[in-house]
Amino acid sequence: MPETNAVQESIRSMIDLDGATAIFATSFGYFDPHVLALAKDFPEVQFFHCGGLYQEGVHPENVGSYFGYIDEAQYVAGVVAAHASTSKRLGFIAAKPIPQVLRNVNSFTLGARSIDPSATTQVIFTGDWADPVREAEAANSMADQGIDVLTCHVDSPKVVIETAERRGIFATGYHANQAELAPQGYLTGAEWDWSNVYKNYVSLLQGGKTLMNGGIPHLVRGGFKDGFLKLSPFGPAVSAQAQQAAETAQAQLISGELVIYKGEIKDNKGKTVIAGGKELGQTAIELEQMNWLAEGVMGSVG
Amino acid sequence: MSDRWRSLLEKICIPIGALLAALVIFGLFCALAGANPLGVYYSIYRAAFGSWSSFQNTLIQASPLMLSALCTALPARLGLVIIGNEGALVLGGLAAVAGGLTLGGWGLPTPGVQLGMALAGMAAGGIWIAIVGALRHYRAVNETISSLLMNYIAIALLNHMVNGPMKDPSSLNKPSSYPLPEMHMLGNLPGSRVHYGLVLGLVACGLAYFLIQRTTFGFAARTAGGNVRAARVAGLPVGKLTLAICFLGGACAGLAGMVEVAAVHGRANESLNANYGYGGVLVAFIARHNPIAASLVALLLGGILASGGILQRSHGLPDATVMVFQGIVFLSVLYSDSLYGRLPIFKERGVQPSPPMATATPV
Amino acid sequence: MASEALGWWGVPLAIIAGTLRGSAPFLLVSLGECLTEKSGKINLGLEGTLLMGAMSAYAVSYLTGSPWLGVIVAGVAGMFLGVIHGWLAQQPRVNDVAVGIAMIIFGSGLAFFLGKPFIQPSAPQLPTLSLAGWTQIPQLESALSISPLFILGVAIAPLMQWFFRSSRWGLLVRAVGDSPDAAKAMGISIFKVRMASIVAGSFLAGIGGASLSLFYPGSWSERISSGQGLMAVALVIFARWNPVQCLYASLLFGGAQAIGPALQSVGIDAYYYLFNASPYILTLLIMVITCSPKRTLTGAPGSLGQAQE
Repeated sequence: MPETNAVQESIRSMIDLDGATAIFATSFGYFDPHVLALAKDFPEVQFFHCGGLYQEGVHPENVGSYFGYIDEAQYVAGVVAAHASTSKRLGFIAAKPIPQVLRNVNSFTLGARSIDPSATTQVIFTGDWADPVREAEAANSMADQGIDVLTCHVDSPKVVIETAERRGIFATGYHANQAELAPQGYLTGAEWDWSNVYKNYVSLLQGGKTLMNGGIPHLVRGGFKDGFLKLSPFGPAVSAQAQQAAETAQAQLISGELVIYKGEIKDNKGKTVIAGGKELGQTAIELEQMNWLAEGVMGSVG
Repeated sequence: MSDRWRSLLEKICIPIGALLAALVIFGLFCALAGANPLGVYYSIYRAAFGSWSSFQNTLIQASPLMLSALCTALPARLGLVIIGNEGALVLGGLAAVAGGLTLGGWGLPTPGVQLGMALAGMAAGGIWIAIVGALRHYRAVNETISSLLMNYIAIALLNHMVNGPMKDPSSLNKPSSYPLPEMHMLGNLPGSRVHYGLVLGLVACGLAYFLIQRTTFGFAARTAGGNVRAARVAGLPVGKLTLAICFLGGACAGLAGMVEVAAVHGRANESLNANYGYGGVLVAFIARHNPIAASLVALLLGGILASGGILQRSHGLPDATVMVFQGIVFLSVLYSDSLYGRLPIFKERGVQPSPPMATATPV
Repeated sequence: MASEALGWWGVPLAIIAGTLRGSAPFLLVSLGECLTEKSGKINLGLEGTLLMGAMSAYAVSYLTGSPWLGVIVAGVAGMFLGVIHGWLAQQPRVNDVAVGIAMIIFGSGLAFFLGKPFIQPSAPQLPTLSLAGWTQIPQLESALSISPLFILGVAIAPLMQWFFRSSRWGLLVRAVGDSPDAAKAMGISIFKVRMASIVAGSFLAGIGGASLSLFYPGSWSERISSGQGLMAVALVIFARWNPVQCLYASLLFGGAQAIGPALQSVGIDAYYYLFNASPYILTLLIMVITCSPKRTLTGAPGSLGQAQE
């Protein structure tokens, strides 16, 4: 559904005609203005939005937002990618230079550079969430440039993963498990575990808890630890050593021992973006406003 | 029964017949897809016209379509087939936001800002389509193809502007322009959630009808549309007419863009590109380029669009069902155009006046 | 040999490779449209035909395991849409451009409707023909792996040229397109000739869709064509209704798609929205430069775009 007032009208008809009392809106653009406008009109209905950033006092109290720190899984994918790559040049095909995407690019790169500090990630922005021809073009031109592991953040990773397989290079997935699209070259992938997230919400709602009575937190965020994410099973090209490094990183992320954004981190223009000694935990608001690419990423936020 | 009544009856019965035929074909399609056609009809009716609340939804969907339809309907009177509505709408929205932010920044009162936004939107859309007209007139570039190409260019411009020069740095995950202040937004009609865009749409359709049917300008345009060579011989300024009517058509689509940003989105971003442009082309052709009919057809299409969600939810049909339905309605109505003067019931005495229609000029 | 970075050489290579990979749909659709327009009708609906072809080819290849069967079914699906267009666009007072837009909506709607279950699974792809036996450079090898449908298109272009120039049937199509009245006086059925041209053109466009979903990018999704069918229609005009020039123009458009990503891969990354719009800007510019109000375009079918009697 396009992000116009058709969204509002459709939700309105779910409430009016179908009698819905809790709405889950899952496209980023639905939040502002559509979900916010409706929440004012229907104070008794609860709105849960995926990806939005709930701000206390600014937004109505019957609105909640949920999202996961999928960049944790991208970090681990970067660890695996760095092990698999021989050229130490990785490629990231991204839709748009927005914070959620940049965070994935940076975490992937930081993960790779934790294994080999000389590793680089080339990023190509296609400008569109779904543009199969350009995604394939980007994948091919990166393969031509000697890049040997590809990953992506677009609506459907299918074309990127399949193109990588055809070009005989590796790929790591996104959103869901794409192993069957690339039986040779699929390394691992950053997957959402939404069924787990929604199951939690449903049991809370069934227990009579609501956003308004404080039974459900307004801002729900989570990573590996909270069951928001999982890794795709390792592919045949992943060495035992890489597997072990990945599992260690994942365990450290869960225990909190490993903080991805830990200073000093420079951006790719040499400017220090996170000062030495400073740690930004996953909940840090700065990370949801990221507008830089880390050292080792080739590309610019434009 | 006089010929006049017969002709009126024909003009009413044929479109209604075409719609009924489309409904039957769509029903068969739904039945093949495993859904109960009667249930689908009822759902569409309920979601589009069934209650005041759902009818408001239809009205909201219809208003950009009315304005955008004029972008095709007006130039059609001159024999031009223009489908650049999407581009003109998108740029109109972009210019309206730019204008609104600038004027608001100067501290103008709300009516001034809103007027400025409307004028900026109309100017941008108007100039965009006037370029199409100019290329047609001075370089003989096929206007259908050039306006189509310019849609893509306009959308690229929009994306470039909201991701670059006009980007609000705080629009994090959905790059957008700076937002218009709440007080400068177009409000809703009293007692409803239908915004003033509907009024603008109805007024524009009325004015366009008056312009075409009741003024010398409209008469000159219709004459030139009938036969360009004869119009030249008669001394009509074909070039000026082309530019003027293209500008007016584009201005209407630009106004639709302004309404979208000023009443719905509050800022310019990629959501502006929501296919109201191509919807407008559809409306114009179904209305046979008659502005008054266009406002009614826009309501109908608005209703169909409004029912998209419920088909997904209640009948398990994919979202593309609405597209299939639109396609069937459009094809059926187009076919019905060929029936005027051919059905024996409506034929008695005299020759039926053949209705005006747009024809493409040679490439 | 390990793959090595090509650096700046990668840009022209990527564009050449993109040309060979990406131009097949443009080529097949524009040849189909060329045939259609030569008979005096425009079919804007080929965007819908392309999507329908892409979907049906992918679905059939997935269900039967035979990509070639998919290609044939894609052509047949195209013909089905072509029959609707051919019949409707020839009714009195019905505008072919309007029918075309309706067919875009109907064709793509139908393709999306039926294609929903095939977005996820992976279908067997068409084989590639490699022209790179002589080189060891992997990038070149990859660039020279060509779609059999592209070869088909390259073969059809001169054939169609010969067809228009020298064959009896080709002359018939041209006669109907240039001066329908004269053709009618000669006892030719305008309806049948145009119908045949539109249906055959739609067959080619359907196959163009198959090359999208079964070769490159080799996947079915609702955004697979992103306007390529419409572009191909524009392309016929600046190819001057000449099949061989359609081939050159298609190569140009295929290459233009690769410009944006290729430049980004070597570090030029500003203005990518505008780079991505380059094929459209290019077409418009070429039309502006080559059209002139003083003469009709050479090759333009005389009755094209004129109202049906």
